[in-house]
Amino acid sequence: MTTQTQATSVTTSVEVQAPIEHAFRVFTEGIGTWWNPDHHILQADLAEMVFEPRVGGHIIDRGTDGSECRWSRVLAYEPPHRTVFSWDISLSWELEPDPAKASEIEVTFTANGPDRTHVVLTHRHLDRHGDGWENMRDAVGSGWDLTRYAEAAAQ
Amino acid sequence: MTNQGAGLTALADPTRREIFERLARSPSAVGELARELPVSRPAVSQHLKILKSAGLVTDHAAGNRRVYSVDPVGLAAIRDYFEQFWQQSLARFQAAASQPTQENP
Repeated sequence: MTTQTQATSVTTSVEVQAPIEHAFRVFTEGIGTWWNPDHHILQADLAEMVFEPRVGGHIIDRGTDGSECRWSRVLAYEPPHRTVFSWDISLSWELEPDPAKASEIEVTFTANGPDRTHVVLTHRHLDRHGDGWENMRDAVGSGWDLTRYAEAAAQ
Repeated sequence: MTNQGAGLTALADPTRREIFERLARSPSAVGELARELPVSRPAVSQHLKILKSAGLVTDHAAGNRRVYSVDPVGLAAIRDYFEQFWQQSLARFQAAASQPTQENP
């Protein structure tokens, strides 16, 4: 299901076969178990991801060479219902130091019975990224593919 | 050069971004925008012209006024990118978070 999309935001949703507490925990503290390991802006390969479970914490990518990238600030952390975090990455794939130029992501979790959870993700204020879209389009190249998901889902 | 590239470059200017955000909330005429912003009416017109040529806003006549509103096509490229990104990321999350069902698979 994809809900109504506003001009400057994107909303997408998914239903998971798990209790709400588990779904929230996997999304946040378990981010390294599902995030595509190719999606990072480190020089080295991605070794691990840390989601600091508190307002004022960060999402941190750690490289195999010990380098670190704090690409997101945790703006809201309300387990198991809601979290908001920033997207501090410019459209030229660099860390964006100016919060005014960062977009943000809100994720809400709603129990659909004891073992099902509806998860809605909204990435908003996309217009704040303004400059440099062409660089990102070029960097993205052929875009993402679904191969990894198909493999993970088949297990 | 694509229209999308021009559009997002146009939004790099903070005043134009402010105008664009106001139009996203509600369509407005030049005079209304000039009253609410610390810029002159000719400056607002100039910003609107740039936003319009970048494909971000559109205008239509309403009586003797010209009303500007957000062109939904303008941010399509960046939206499409993130929509695809998050759909695929959430599919991976779904696979990681979903537990085996009690019934037979």
